[in-house]
Amino acid sequence: MFAYVVKRLISGVLVVALVSMAIFLLFWYGPSSPAQPVCDRETSNRCTPARLEVYEKTLGYDNPVYEEYGKFVKGVFVGRTITIASSEYQCSAPCLGVSFRTKQPVKEELVSRMPATFSVAIGGAFLYLLFGVPIGVAAARRRGTVTDKALVSSFLFISSIPYYLFALLTWLYLTLTFPVPLFSDTGYFSFFSEGPWKWFSGLFLAWVALGIFGCTQYTRFTRGAMVEALSEDYIRTAKAKGLPARTIVYKHGLRAALVPVVTIFGIDFGTLLAGTIFTERIFEIQGIGWWSLQAVQGRDLPVVQATALFSAVVLIISNLLVDVVYSVLDPRVRLS
Amino acid sequence: MTSVPMTQSSAAAAAEADGPFLQVEDLKVTFPTEDGPVTAVQGLSYSVAKGKTLGIVGESGSGKSVSSMAVMGLHDTKSAQISGSIRVGGTEVVGLSESRMRGLRGNSMAMIFQDALAALHPFYKIGGQLEEAYLVHHSGASKRDARRKAIEMLDRVGIPQPDRRVDDFPHQFSGGMRQRAMIAMGLINDPSLLIADEPTTALDVTVQAQILDLLQDLQREFNSAVIIITHDLGVIAEMADDVLVMYAGRCVEYGTAKQILTTPEMPYTWGLLSSIPDLSASTDARLIPIPGNPPSLLRPPSGCSFHPRCVHSDKVPGDLCVTELPELLPASSGTAHLKRCHLADPIAVYQDEVLPEIAPDLVEETR
Amino acid sequence: MTQDPNARAEIEPTEVGANAAETGERQLRQPDADHDVTNDHELLPEDLDFATLVEHGHTASELDPDAPAVLTVDNLKMYFPVRSSGLVRRTIGHVQAVDGISFEVPKGGSLGLVGESGCGKSTTGRLITRLYKPTGGSMMFEGNDLAKLSNKEMKPLRRDVQMIFQDPYTSLNPRHTVGTIVGAPLEVHKIVPKDKVLPRVQELLEIVGLNPEHYNRYPNEFSGGQRQRIGIARALTLNPKVLVADEPVSALDVSIQAQVVNLLQDIQSEFDVAFLFIAHDLAIVRHFCPEIAVMYLGKIVEIGDRETIYGKPHHPYTQALLSAVPDVKQAAVGGRRERIRLEGDVPSPINPPSGCRFRTRCQFAQEICAKVEPPLLQIGKRHKVACHFAGELGAHPATPVTTQLLGVDDQGSPVPGATPTNTQLTIPGYEKTWYDLTTKQTTGA
Repeated sequence: MFAYVVKRLISGVLVVALVSMAIFLLFWYGPSSPAQPVCDRETSNRCTPARLEVYEKTLGYDNPVYEEYGKFVKGVFVGRTITIASSEYQCSAPCLGVSFRTKQPVKEELVSRMPATFSVAIGGAFLYLLFGVPIGVAAARRRGTVTDKALVSSFLFISSIPYYLFALLTWLYLTLTFPVPLFSDTGYFSFFSEGPWKWFSGLFLAWVALGIFGCTQYTRFTRGAMVEALSEDYIRTAKAKGLPARTIVYKHGLRAALVPVVTIFGIDFGTLLAGTIFTERIFEIQGIGWWSLQAVQGRDLPVVQATALFSAVVLIISNLLVDVVYSVLDPRVRLS
Repeated sequence: MTSVPMTQSSAAAAAEADGPFLQVEDLKVTFPTEDGPVTAVQGLSYSVAKGKTLGIVGESGSGKSVSSMAVMGLHDTKSAQISGSIRVGGTEVVGLSESRMRGLRGNSMAMIFQDALAALHPFYKIGGQLEEAYLVHHSGASKRDARRKAIEMLDRVGIPQPDRRVDDFPHQFSGGMRQRAMIAMGLINDPSLLIADEPTTALDVTVQAQILDLLQDLQREFNSAVIIITHDLGVIAEMADDVLVMYAGRCVEYGTAKQILTTPEMPYTWGLLSSIPDLSASTDARLIPIPGNPPSLLRPPSGCSFHPRCVHSDKVPGDLCVTELPELLPASSGTAHLKRCHLADPIAVYQDEVLPEIAPDLVEETR
Repeated sequence: MTQDPNARAEIEPTEVGANAAETGERQLRQPDADHDVTNDHELLPEDLDFATLVEHGHTASELDPDAPAVLTVDNLKMYFPVRSSGLVRRTIGHVQAVDGISFEVPKGGSLGLVGESGCGKSTTGRLITRLYKPTGGSMMFEGNDLAKLSNKEMKPLRRDVQMIFQDPYTSLNPRHTVGTIVGAPLEVHKIVPKDKVLPRVQELLEIVGLNPEHYNRYPNEFSGGQRQRIGIARALTLNPKVLVADEPVSALDVSIQAQVVNLLQDIQSEFDVAFLFIAHDLAIVRHFCPEIAVMYLGKIVEIGDRETIYGKPHHPYTQALLSAVPDVKQAAVGGRRERIRLEGDVPSPINPPSGCRFRTRCQFAQEICAKVEPPLLQIGKRHKVACHFAGELGAHPATPVTTQLLGVDDQGSPVPGATPTNTQLTIPGYEKTWYDLTTKQTTGA
């Protein structure tokens, strides 16, 4: 197990290195010079070829690509000084660059935005598991009945709406058409400096949107896994032992059905942690998702690079966690 | 639900004096399907006394498992319609409430299944699964008692180092050991009725022999009534006192093992006997299959359900086999022997036509 | 055979090997509006009587002692590496699934391979069809050593060695029609022009007793027995010379097993195919195979003709195996049959016992069994056994019978100066002379 985790971490580091290289190369060989956006911004869109050359030179874009990538990697480990035109910016390790827009070190901004994104992700995931799994179990126990069919088809309808549309409609109806008192002022407020209530009320609608949408999906996953588990031979054995229905369904059925659900959830939750772009944008939450969206719009290359790297890291870790949890849940699985 | 083993066994003893421990009468099991109701079992009657073994033989879809699951009350009451009478130790279980049924299940009657790997929960330790079976019927017992009982049962069924293996998961056991653990779990509450559904089908012959030995030893020890469901006539011959042959949901022949396997009177039983080669038979014996396939229960054949595959229906006058379902009537070999067939003199057909082809050596012996 | 064209039409069903009588295929030829199409192939001619059915049932296959070998397997080995867990996965051992087995499959004949799960019988089948590449040994087939050929060189030979699988439910692709499944080998090997594929497929379906009109149906529309027929048709597509049948009937209902066994016997006599018949059901093997090899933990422990193996087996394992089979005839007597009880489980093939692999469960085992591996010794005209104490049930000798040949004493320690006399212990076939257990001399017929 330990050896397995070490092995996976090593391969994870390799993947992160490859992703960082790929992102670096994509920007380097992009359609316009990587210095173009910063030049445009600094000169208020009067970037002449001569000015561009200055930016390229200070940013090192006239050097060979491997040399600059080397500097980037070195910055991650020991920090570096970044020169944009005439100004110099200190960037301490682990340095992911300096935002072209705010001139702030990307890492610091990333860290400062994590609480918002994590709050949205954890709250939303909590809601959809809280409702999705039990509803799924209930539907599986009543499979084939009218209740089950109604539930499955209505949930299928909801989850076939594109999520951005669903979130937008939620926001529209619950803040403008029928404003929910206390919760219609959405946004992220710090749990510590502005108090738990403010934090809670700002995020509530985002959680509801994420929760309902995720609930429809997790109900279906759970129901599917549960129907399969309940048709297994060991359920018949449990019944033949004279166990009460509750024990059969939860201890024997759900325990087995949870394995695939946990697998999906691990990947899903990793994606959420890496940034919920639509949710954050629609509910005006200053998290990683919205930030990366702004970075793409503003061609803020260091930020785009950093958020892409960040999602890679989060996904690799959540994948690893899923595999470890899997081996804990299913004693037949041996990690090697 | 509290059940005290003492009263259980005394109730069972009372029932024993009255007659067989398990008495099934006119059992009918119907499942609704999208294509209409399917009657998986009908008109089935049999009984098993304590200390006796009934073998149920039939092909897939013959209703042999469905009927036993009805005895255990394992069918979903919402979908399966069960009528007739099933008396277990004097208690009528058709229509019995789920909570009272649960008190009997795994307690005074237990079932062991074919594929022990699938029938044991893959995520729980063998010991835990045995303890659970004990605790559910012994609400006063402590976890420690249950564990002691589990180890004792594993030891009893011949698992080496039971105190260590009790903490293994099912996948860490070999096939034979898993089946032993399954039997231990079935017998942990000293049931008076044990139903074994194809208990040795997936096992190697030497392991099969060990498991059959074990079942017989345990039956002697606990004096339980045993039902063995199998398609292996060899197993039936060595284990069963009585044999019930099922075809398309009905009993087609019923009698002692000796009657059924030496003087069978129903062409389907002949077909079963002629389609298995024998280890010691003459090499001149022919392997004669039953033609065709088992019928669909959705649209069962008219008359005798076996008539489309029967090669002896030409010996019955008219098209009686096609139009009329033969009744289950006493056979010529004895009153305890019942058969469902229109043939007038089945013994003669068997002796003169079938036996010379499938066991020429036996014919010489009898002459 | 008659040359009268009218008579020919009548006997044709049996001629092509179809068990027409069992399935009632021929009846379908007559248009019949009342027939439910989906169940057509399940119905029977009403005039089918017992006598006709009997004609289609076969007696046990007979041995042709003079048949030349079509496949000669010599010292075949298959070791699967076992890797360690941990950062660097080193090979820490081998599963000796098949460890030096030799046998011959006679042309148009059948060799049965029996043994318990894990004995290596299925691996042997997969080696012969080259689903695995053997670790060592040779498999001579028509002048080619199948064990040495590369996958590319193997390709043209694959058509000659085909396989029938156990599970008719998983071995057929559910998304392909029966026609595609059966015809696929023809297209892969580009043997017949495209427009000839369908007629050949229909011919094959007819041979195995299915309605040739059903070529465009999917496997799920057929019952288990019929699917196994489809599997057999697929194996026959390329006119193979050797068929490896790995538990071909064990997944089927009892009544259907006999249909399939009869079909295989029909096919064997019709097309002169040799069978390597792998099964754990000793009675079926006895019926189908005039010669049988018994395997235990990767080795052949006894091989011989039917009468010898089932009548007077000399290896304690064969004896135990046979005594464990429940017997229908026991019904006349009542109770259980006497049997030899084997204690414990089969040991791990990763680290098999030294000397004789069966010794850990054998009641006759002595010191020599742990020290020296018993050679597979020919002790009769068509009988070889690998046991130091080989003998009929109840007549196992008190001292090892192999000491002279191996140059060892009764405890298995080498005798100084003694020269092992038998140098041909592992030839695949049978010698004209053999080692007589009572005289301890080489004798001949």
